[in-house]
Amino acid sequence: MSELITRRSVLAGAGAGAALTTLPISMVTLAFGGTREDFTFTYISDAHIQQIKGASFVRNWDMGLKRAVAEANLMKPESDFVIFGGDLGQLGKREELDHGAEMLSHLKGKLHAVMGEHDFYLDLGDYWSKLYGPHYYSFDHKGVHFVVLNSILTSEQWTFHRWPTAEQRMLEMAGLDNPNGSPFMVGDKQRKWLANDLAKVDKKTPLVVFSHSPLQKIYKGWNFWTDDAEEVQALLRPFDSVNVIYGHVHQIQYNQIGNISFNSVMATAWPWPYPQSYAQAESHLPVLTIPMNRADPFFERDATGWQLIDIGSGRVTARYQLWDNDSRTVAFDHKAGHPVDVAYQEPTQRRLPQNHF
Amino acid sequence: MLRSTLLLAFGLAAIGAPAARADEFTKADVDRYQKEFEQVAAKGRELWTSGALGTNGVACGQCHPNAANTHPETYPKFQKQLGKVAQLFEMANWCIRNPLQGSNLAPDDPRMTALVSYITFERRGVKLAPGQH
Repeated sequence: MSELITRRSVLAGAGAGAALTTLPISMVTLAFGGTREDFTFTYISDAHIQQIKGASFVRNWDMGLKRAVAEANLMKPESDFVIFGGDLGQLGKREELDHGAEMLSHLKGKLHAVMGEHDFYLDLGDYWSKLYGPHYYSFDHKGVHFVVLNSILTSEQWTFHRWPTAEQRMLEMAGLDNPNGSPFMVGDKQRKWLANDLAKVDKKTPLVVFSHSPLQKIYKGWNFWTDDAEEVQALLRPFDSVNVIYGHVHQIQYNQIGNISFNSVMATAWPWPYPQSYAQAESHLPVLTIPMNRADPFFERDATGWQLIDIGSGRVTARYQLWDNDSRTVAFDHKAGHPVDVAYQEPTQRRLPQNHF
Repeated sequence: MLRSTLLLAFGLAAIGAPAARADEFTKADVDRYQKEFEQVAAKGRELWTSGALGTNGVACGQCHPNAANTHPETYPKFQKQLGKVAQLFEMANWCIRNPLQGSNLAPDDPRMTALVSYITFERRGVKLAPGQH
């Protein structure tokens, strides 16, 4: 087991040109070798703030988000902005969103939020909108086009006609393995908006797309899945360099589909098993992905995550720091044309804790 | 079953007592046994997803969808944090005490039996691997 890296060593590492962090966040640096101004942004995701009753909240999830925010404010270089990757609350309640938003309000810099299903299915994102604005949007920053999608929509029938109350609808969608849930999708309306939005963007402009669910199909049973992923990918295909960064899965995943690189981010709340560890279902984990080290079940904060991401030459290098485990680096291999784990990609190099069962 | 075994043990069956024999169970019996198990496992699934086992509303299923990553086939096994070989119920109780902020269940508490039934059911078909890490 490696020692937890302290802030001092983070700063020392940064001074030496290394990229290290112990934070339950992502630091994302876009480095363009002089053609564009380099900049950094921070990524925090999946806080799942959960109300017990009144002013009591589940301490464990609170700690993850609190620490992420506190540490993010101390990082150098400072972020140009922060992304929150969705699932701020557990059951979409005002109390949860307010409590989480209050914690996020201590962040320095502008916050761009992504909608998660736990934020949405109580009031269809109404209260979330009062805090964070539109459910999907785009913005440009220093030569990069950023798109934020709401990828956790589902059919009209399920959303509007299946459940007697909004509370039940939220509870049914909140259970990851609940067979009464429904597959996520971006949907026709939003894909039309995306096509229009991208029509104005030069194909050489680096694209970074944020979604809550993976814009690829991994395991439908737990909604590690977006039903119209192929249609969304088709809209992204004409661009030279596309990076999709998603939350929801609470674990390290990476993949390459054509020109699109996929990276997941860790949760500040809790880790999830890899689908392959569910014996009754087929695993569709991208073959490229070497699993994160198994969580130590006796340590509540273990396998919650944080990562530092550089996007050099328009591609992602993700440096994952695990609480009490050795760090991991997943970088785009330009020769191979896809992301690889720089230490563990070769089967002979893997560590025992990377076997999940 | 126990009673008929005892009857046999005392040789009473041999002197014409009308008891059922040990090998007298039918498809209907087997179906009933299976149903009994499934009902307890279903109760386990209900507890697993309800948030009722602790004090803070957190449910086992939040971290363990379909009871994945619980690997019941590896118990009993050495848990370095406990410093001894432990059984599955001890691990389940750790989770109830910590993430769920609750209190231990007795090993034979019907709720623990239900939890273990559900966990094991979701892992059916996997080879036993006692002690595995």
